[in-house]
Amino acid sequence: MSADRQGAVVPYALAALGLALLAWGSSWGLFAAPGETYMGDVQRIMYVHVPTAWNAMLALTFAFGCALVSLFKGGWRWDARLEAGMEVGVVLSTLLCMQGAIWAKPTWGVWWDWDPRLTTTAVLVFAFAGILVLRRFVDDPVKRAVWSAVATIIAYVDVPIVYFSVRWWNSLHQVQSSPETVSKAFHWPLRINAFGILFLMSGLIGLRTRLAVLRLESELAPPLPPPAAVAPASTRGDR
Amino acid sequence: MLLAALRKDFLLQWRTRAQVLAILIFGATSLLLFSFAIGPNALALRQHAAGFLWLALLLSSTLSLAESFQAEMEQRALEGLLLLPASARALYYGKALANWGQLAFLGLALVPVMIVLYDAGTTNIGALVGIILLGTAGLSAPGTLYAAMTSQARARQTLLPLLLFPLVVPVLLASAKATSLIILGDPMGQVRSWSLLLVCFDLIYWSLCGLLFGRVVED
Repeated sequence: MSADRQGAVVPYALAALGLALLAWGSSWGLFAAPGETYMGDVQRIMYVHVPTAWNAMLALTFAFGCALVSLFKGGWRWDARLEAGMEVGVVLSTLLCMQGAIWAKPTWGVWWDWDPRLTTTAVLVFAFAGILVLRRFVDDPVKRAVWSAVATIIAYVDVPIVYFSVRWWNSLHQVQSSPETVSKAFHWPLRINAFGILFLMSGLIGLRTRLAVLRLESELAPPLPPPAAVAPASTRGDR
Repeated sequence: MLLAALRKDFLLQWRTRAQVLAILIFGATSLLLFSFAIGPNALALRQHAAGFLWLALLLSSTLSLAESFQAEMEQRALEGLLLLPASARALYYGKALANWGQLAFLGLALVPVMIVLYDAGTTNIGALVGIILLGTAGLSAPGTLYAAMTSQARARQTLLPLLLFPLVVPVLLASAKATSLIILGDPMGQVRSWSLLLVCFDLIYWSLCGLLFGRVVED
């Protein structure tokens, strides 16, 4: 148990560091950085939006990597990591869609727009949330590990196809933001927040992995002998 | 071996042909219902006809795909099949090809319904059949794999569409767009690039799902 507690120190520390960085970067972005010429203060959502996008993709790619290892090499830990990475990735992608909608309303005048990245993210949220649901509905841990790994690989391969098909279908979005496309004054808050969310995400994935491992251990542990069989023996010993 | 598996699945479908008919009626009913969402506007209905056709086909496909593994679950027939000296891959391709056949049949059978209801006819029958074949192949490959999984899970009626629908967004998009262009006219020659997208999707998923199917059923 004490080893368990010690194992949790690192993720908690990472999450705390991430939160602190996020607070620092966001306050810089909100109060210190100059406003954008055309969009004004609305643009400041970029300081969380763009880092969220990077990290959501990172978390889901991590889940994909875990799926490959778990399917071809095996190991319960990888199954736990897959679950953690996917759950955090789905949460981040959902946040990404919401931030995008909040930004789009004052800028484009609509909450939703069928642009490739927005649509792909939405499809991705549903695809991966479906896999999380699948995990809930399969009781056998072996089947659950294999099936969710297979489904993750299939869904991840779909992401670029969805992206390009939607792009052919309709297009209207800003060019992807990267430090090169953004003026120098915006760099620092963006970078600090990117690392803030990265650390927070790693901490959360670490904690969620621990939870998944504990759950797996309780599922895989051999069932305790029925109390009736144990009780007489112990009472006999007491006498 | 593949032929034997395919023969088994086609035989199974032939023996349960009443079910295929029921699914076809379901698809036609959904086509009828979609028009109520738009209202009796002949022009709008014609414009949306292709999308409706593919939505009806997608909804019917979840029924037909789920059915295809239902029979294998009865009396643990799947376990018996896996004991045979046949590879899981042959079983998968047999099942997927049979499902493709059934979905393509459904798609082709729904076309006259669409033409009658939405006045969305075309003289370019060859292209329309081609798109239906390509699109249903895209539904069948991942659909068969997911049906194999979900037929063994709890809440299977919910799980199959939940997993399949987001995945086949490119198929729905490309097939609906291409069918629409075939019906309404294609001045820019875009049908070709949409069918190319479908071909890519089909190639990727027919090979990927075949590779992964063994792991899904063998554990």
